[in-house]
Amino acid sequence: MKLTDAEQAMYDGHDGRAVARAMDLLVRYGQALGAERLVDTSNVAGTVVSPSPRKLEMVREGGFEKAFSELNLDSDETVEVPRARVYTCQLIQTFGADTAHLHNGSRELMTLQSDAERFFGSRGVHLMSTCTPYQVGNVPVKGEHCAWMESSAVVYCNSVLGAMTNTEGTESTGAASLTGKIPYWGYHLPDNRFGTHLVDIQIHVDDMMDWGLLGYYVGEIVQDEIPVLDGMWSPPELVKLKHFGAAASSSGGVEMYHIPGITPEAPTLESAFGGREPVATITYGARERRIAYENLNSSATDQDVDFVMLGCPHNSVEQIWRAAKLLDGKHLHDGTQLWMHTPRALREVADRSGYTKIVEDAGGHIMSDSCPAISRVVPPGTKVVATDSAKQAHYLPAISGLQTWFGSVEDCVGAALTGRWSGGLR
Amino acid sequence: MKIVLHGRKVVGGVVAGEAIVTKDTISGWGGINAQTGTVIERRHELVGQSFADKILVFPGAKGSSGWSLYFHQARLAGAAPRGMIFVKMTTKVALGAVVTRVPAVTDLDQDPLAVIATGDWVEIDADHGIVAVTKRPTGDDPPPADLAHQDHP
Repeated sequence: MKLTDAEQAMYDGHDGRAVARAMDLLVRYGQALGAERLVDTSNVAGTVVSPSPRKLEMVREGGFEKAFSELNLDSDETVEVPRARVYTCQLIQTFGADTAHLHNGSRELMTLQSDAERFFGSRGVHLMSTCTPYQVGNVPVKGEHCAWMESSAVVYCNSVLGAMTNTEGTESTGAASLTGKIPYWGYHLPDNRFGTHLVDIQIHVDDMMDWGLLGYYVGEIVQDEIPVLDGMWSPPELVKLKHFGAAASSSGGVEMYHIPGITPEAPTLESAFGGREPVATITYGARERRIAYENLNSSATDQDVDFVMLGCPHNSVEQIWRAAKLLDGKHLHDGTQLWMHTPRALREVADRSGYTKIVEDAGGHIMSDSCPAISRVVPPGTKVVATDSAKQAHYLPAISGLQTWFGSVEDCVGAALTGRWSGGLR
Repeated sequence: MKIVLHGRKVVGGVVAGEAIVTKDTISGWGGINAQTGTVIERRHELVGQSFADKILVFPGAKGSSGWSLYFHQARLAGAAPRGMIFVKMTTKVALGAVVTRVPAVTDLDQDPLAVIATGDWVEIDADHGIVAVTKRPTGDDPPPADLAHQDHP
């Protein structure tokens, strides 16, 4: 891989050991990819504060310096952790301290996380603590080179914003934060951003559940290729695209898609493909929608729902308001819990607007910083979950062994109020 | 008789081991148990099976950006594969292979998923991009006498 003189100096240790170790990882990673060079980035979204039992051991042995060196730089040498060189934000983290009283997550690990927040906050890591940084101010501009983790944020960044990022990992974002560099490969190259598969949508894709089903179906087929969606009726907004991308990057590895006339790099169907022919056409109709629905609901048989989870990816304020309206003046079924997840900055807006009170008066909770798939924390005794998120319904049965129902927001709130699942395809 | 495939180094090194092969892409976070190397994704071909200490032959990575961290943690837990052979290059699988620190190759001149079967003995010389496969004797095809008494050919 070719390094500039300035990059070579960083590699050789002119900017300190941490930067040198970061460059070492970026070079190994770039060589593995077959990248020819690095590219400058000034927008990093990664994860440094999440605790784990192994991180606890490392911190006891050599402080956050040791844990960061191993887990964020893949370095056996423990280095001092300098301030972030470029804009860096923390994505979703393990626990929400504001809701610690509601679950039995490890207190020891929660303390480790709070200590990590202080350590990395003092080094310039913005503690946004959400899987949706684009909802709370990190909105890169079209063409901006980014180094983001979080598959649902990556696909949003590339497709909806037209910024350029690959799906980075814990180690590459750690290294990018200290260097402002990332391998110039994949979605950083304009030629790699054209569509590959045409999705011929033959039914009306309308509400959030529809968009989740479409994403789940398409992702499983195209895997990590670039679908181009053709033929829907109602123009989507942020919430629907947030759900579509999260679903497509869970059943497959979709990091970019185009919607001609809607997303910024696809003014027309032809331009979405860069003048090339699609490698395949995928038909999406009632049958395909049903397949996606049945796959998402294949883990569940028990209609008695203990726990309803909304907000994966983290809810917008409008989504909280929508659920609040359904809950207004009612009360949750005895024995069924409702958790809604949103970035802490938006929680503040929900509090101020009175939505939190409506949800809490009904017996539900609004939580920040995490989600059950990440925290591995659910209400004690939970066996059956209902969620409006295809992503959560994909991962929860594997991660937690829970039966998981997927449906609309109305189906989920209905289950929270009655304790029974009565969702279905309508 | 060895079948030899030629490709490109992803992570250098030389290693040999028994293959575990899947035609399904693998999720890291949410797809494997990093403490045991076991695949946990419900509808995955390998669900319940561990790749620990095996040569993992797979199409590539999918899912969460936690891919590299989960394979990184598998290395720290002693549950990493012994080597990796994959088809489709992505940032997830590249970074994952780098931090797993095991010999890894891709861009092979034959489809490794078609040539290699679970149980085959696979030698990787990643520095030269070479994969040598010794097919596991099958019931239909009795093993040559000189292999029949060895654990590994």
